[in-house]
Amino acid sequence: MTNIFKSAQEMSSALVAKEVSAVDLANEHFDRIEKVDGDVHAFLHLDKEGALAQARDVDAKRAAGEKLSPLAGVPLALKDVLTQKGIPTTCGSKMLENWRPPYDSTVVTRLKAAGVVILGKTNMDEFAMGSSTENSAYGPTHNPWDLSRIPGGSGGGSSAALAAFEAPLAIGTDTGGSIRQPAAVTGTVGVKPTYGAVSRYGLVAFSSSLDQAGPCARTVLDTALLHEVIAGHDPKDSSSINAPVPSVVAAAKKLDVKGMKIGVIKELGGDGFQKGVSERFNEALEELVKAGAEIVEVSCPNFEYALAAYYLIAPSEASSNLARFDSMRYGLRVGDDGSHGAEEVMSLTRQAGFGKEVKRRIILGTYALSSGYYDAYYGSAQKVRTLIMRDYEAAFAKADVLVSPTAPTTAFKIGEKADDPVAMYLNDIATIPVNMAGIGGMSLPCGLASEDNLPVGFQIMTPAMKDDLMYQVGGTLEAALNSKWGSPLMSQAPALGAK
Amino acid sequence: MALKYDDVVAKYEPTLGLEVHVELNTNTKMFCGCSTEFGAEPNTQTCPVCLGLPGSLPVVNEVAIESAIKIGLALNCSIAPFSRFARKNYFYPDMPKDYQISQYDEPICVNGYLDVEIDTDEGVKVFRVEIERVHMEEDTGKSLHVGGATGRIHGAEYSLLDYNRAGIPLMEIVTKMVPGTGKYAPQVARAYVTELRDILRSLGVSDVKMEQGSLRCDANVSLSPMGSGKLGTRSETKNVNSLRSVERAIHGEMIRQGNRLENGERIIQETRHFLEESGETRPGRSKETAEDYRYFQEPDLVPVAPDAGWIEEIRKTLPEKPSIHRKRLQEQWSVPDKEMAAMVNAELLDTVEATVNLGADPTKARSWWLGEVSRLANEKDVAPTELMTPAQVAEIIALIAAGELTDKLARHVVEGVVNGEGTPAQVIEKRGLKVVSDDSALMSAIEAAIAAQPDTAERVRSGNIPAAGALIGAVMKATGGQADAARVRELLLNHLGQGN
Amino acid sequence: MAAISRDEVAHLARLARIEMSSDELDHLASELDQILHAVDRVQEAAKDDVPPTSHPLPLKNVTRPDVVVPSLSPEDALSGAPAADEQRFKVPQILGDAE
Ligand SMILES: [Mg+2]
Ligand SMILES: [Zn+2]
Repeated sequence: MTNIFKSAQEMSSALVAKEVSAVDLANEHFDRIEKVDGDVHAFLHLDKEGALAQARDVDAKRAAGEKLSPLAGVPLALKDVLTQKGIPTTCGSKMLENWRPPYDSTVVTRLKAAGVVILGKTNMDEFAMGSSTENSAYGPTHNPWDLSRIPGGSGGGSSAALAAFEAPLAIGTDTGGSIRQPAAVTGTVGVKPTYGAVSRYGLVAFSSSLDQAGPCARTVLDTALLHEVIAGHDPKDSSSINAPVPSVVAAAKKLDVKGMKIGVIKELGGDGFQKGVSERFNEALEELVKAGAEIVEVSCPNFEYALAAYYLIAPSEASSNLARFDSMRYGLRVGDDGSHGAEEVMSLTRQAGFGKEVKRRIILGTYALSSGYYDAYYGSAQKVRTLIMRDYEAAFAKADVLVSPTAPTTAFKIGEKADDPVAMYLNDIATIPVNMAGIGGMSLPCGLASEDNLPVGFQIMTPAMKDDLMYQVGGTLEAALNSKWGSPLMSQAPALGAK
Repeated sequence: MALKYDDVVAKYEPTLGLEVHVELNTNTKMFCGCSTEFGAEPNTQTCPVCLGLPGSLPVVNEVAIESAIKIGLALNCSIAPFSRFARKNYFYPDMPKDYQISQYDEPICVNGYLDVEIDTDEGVKVFRVEIERVHMEEDTGKSLHVGGATGRIHGAEYSLLDYNRAGIPLMEIVTKMVPGTGKYAPQVARAYVTELRDILRSLGVSDVKMEQGSLRCDANVSLSPMGSGKLGTRSETKNVNSLRSVERAIHGEMIRQGNRLENGERIIQETRHFLEESGETRPGRSKETAEDYRYFQEPDLVPVAPDAGWIEEIRKTLPEKPSIHRKRLQEQWSVPDKEMAAMVNAELLDTVEATVNLGADPTKARSWWLGEVSRLANEKDVAPTELMTPAQVAEIIALIAAGELTDKLARHVVEGVVNGEGTPAQVIEKRGLKVVSDDSALMSAIEAAIAAQPDTAERVRSGNIPAAGALIGAVMKATGGQADAARVRELLLNHLGQGN
Repeated sequence: MAAISRDEVAHLARLARIEMSSDELDHLASELDQILHAVDRVQEAAKDDVPPTSHPLPLKNVTRPDVVVPSLSPEDALSGAPAADEQRFKVPQILGDAE
């Protein structure tokens, strides 16, 4: 009897009860990956040796009666944007094709310390720039619900791995929605914690003031369990929050929203949102009302500028963060044949090593920061950031949590928006304001859209440092929907690898 | 060159600007825990942060901030209650992230000044150099250019990079434009850098070794026609690696600019490199693209906002200012202005002070350091402090005072120490340089001298005291100069019935 | 307004050290024009009395003690180097001056 369809929490219980060993559990997942990843392409690299060594270690400790972390022995898929010592870390780019970092990211350090078994690295849009995982230099990832469709992005590999039962847990990173939007379109759960809750040390930077790593799983409780492993103060990250991590596991188990005020953001719905998306979203709201919450409508008038501001701030920071890929110290080098100087080799390497979207954003960011344009673009975008924070502040004065659909549409077809960057950017319209303000956001499944039978995501936003609230609301909503449907949404996912 | 320096300063008014970069002597780098120790094997003091590896993040060194505040306070600056780091974006192989974390529009210290004294035709004059800002940043790695001319960038086939220096805390101290120095511009520039260096040393925040690059100076100068009130176009001279070079670079650049202006040529705003051999400057390689550093706030760091309490804590730890310290020493030691200046110019004041602190008489300490030790240092073309330590000089002075060495013997001891023969005691032992203080040994030498020159002895006996000189000389020769000449004289005159 | 010219894109590509083909420059110029058109509207919202926000957290004075921690071994430091020699990173000849 296979364990792969269980939740991480259930796998943990089975491990504790010694119904399965960590080694067997890892092998079951490697078998599953072997079977389905040819179709899904969630992974860029598997670390069987390291994973099994970790699993053996956990088994040995458990046999010796050591006290272990709740997730010890549970497998995980790691987005290829976080460093793991000695393991390829490509960020989905040709630039880092053969790079094996000499150090662990703090997230990895904590996963290892907790005995989590890291199976491998997952596919992503190059340097986390994209909403579809089509921008990976190593080919797209396919949505397990419909292999002709995108799994979201940039963390499409992580979300697809979960939806394809290749791993019960995954790590994503979210700069403008890259955890939540993939979760939404794959019927999984993804959390972007408050900015600073999870260390960025070892997270290859896209946009430093927006990037945040977070937990991904198939259930709210599983994300909470993983959250407690990876969150917490890190002296290696100056923007790390130096305060206790909220008790998100307890919050996820509370199943109580009585008397809570849930604010629906007027601007994040209606026009531009797929009909099936709005329907499922509204039904989920009804479940929350049944559970005792009160729905209030709030307005965030400056959100209409959020997308524009984001597409100035993120590329600006990226243009600087990605400067270091110059072929001098690591990564790809092109044109070093004795006929080119260092400067030319830098330019030739960057031309060859970066994909189209990355170059587009580097040039856009270079423009927005350049003298003469700074005030109009980067400077103005930072002012918009202030306005968005003020909007949230006003909204949170009226509601405990805020909600919206996570993405305006369900998963689109691979290739459908590849040539229209502006249309592609619209995917992130509901997720971006969260990053701009640095607050917490979660996406959990709220059903399948009637027109295409594809998953729809429900987004919960909470004030900074109150991440426990989204777990409380998310856990309650998930329980209500599961009892309404009779089983979790993921049980409706199509079988894979049946060739 | 048509115009000489005097011609240039007769027609043009210089405006100075000085940018000093100083490496702090913190234990660790600005943004990571790697050691800053000088001279380590290449790439042994690097980590993900200072190598700019993907995913790494900077964290500010607390002591570097304290040092910056100390420097600001010592330079009479206001300490900003809120300051931030920015990224200065440009590509260069020795800069691991291809941006430098620096401070831009929100530096930690602003609006200070430093007074320097210059010996002018009208006597000593004080020039006030106003300081615009002191800001924190990080140093770059070091490149070694291989192939082509020795170590030079031009003609090199490839370069080898060592990032041990990358990330060492660097303070950039920038002056406002300094007008009104006239023909003294080169001296003002030198005196400013000297005084700044002394302050930084007294604060203990840096090794301030120009030869090791822990203090580096960029010297800007522009000329405007006398009385025009207009500001000329400036050039910026880099690579000025000694105090003397600061003076020479400004001097040389003023002559170059003066002659260009005289020929109706334009001064180009550019970076120039100082050439140590000729004292001239050459233009830097002009950049293909205009400089556009695209500064923006460093998102990986949070603001530095020192509260008043912290600043006052630091203020309490500040040592006496070098200029005040100098005045106090001069009074204590009763040294004339000229000799004080000589010590300062020879950069031996601290050394003399250290020697005095070991018990030596100030006048003697001064004269040994500026005299014999300096003379030998000159011959060997090294600094006096590389030859002897204050403890060794103090030891020799003490032996003279105790009558165990004569001045002449002491010079031999110094020579021995300098030649690496050991400590003063060891040299005295090895060379047998003790004063002959045994009267009976002296008497036998005196008797031998009288026996050899009976006529001279007779003249002395009959009252011709100056004639004793020849006999004393003979005794000194016989004892290898190790006798105390005064004692020899005393014994000789007594023996010949001329004692009193 | 036509936001950006091909020459400007070429200048930006040089600043960003990306060697772009002529076709790429043409294509990017038209794309950037569209994107800039879309993002231009931030200026409507950016009134004078709105302060900029550069960072979501109101943290300050985050520092570390000045205590040496072990560095990477030189082998690890150089492990990713495309070329190395004499325990140093080997790079093509450097033209142009440092800052
Ligand atoms: Mg500087
Ligand atoms: Zn380091």
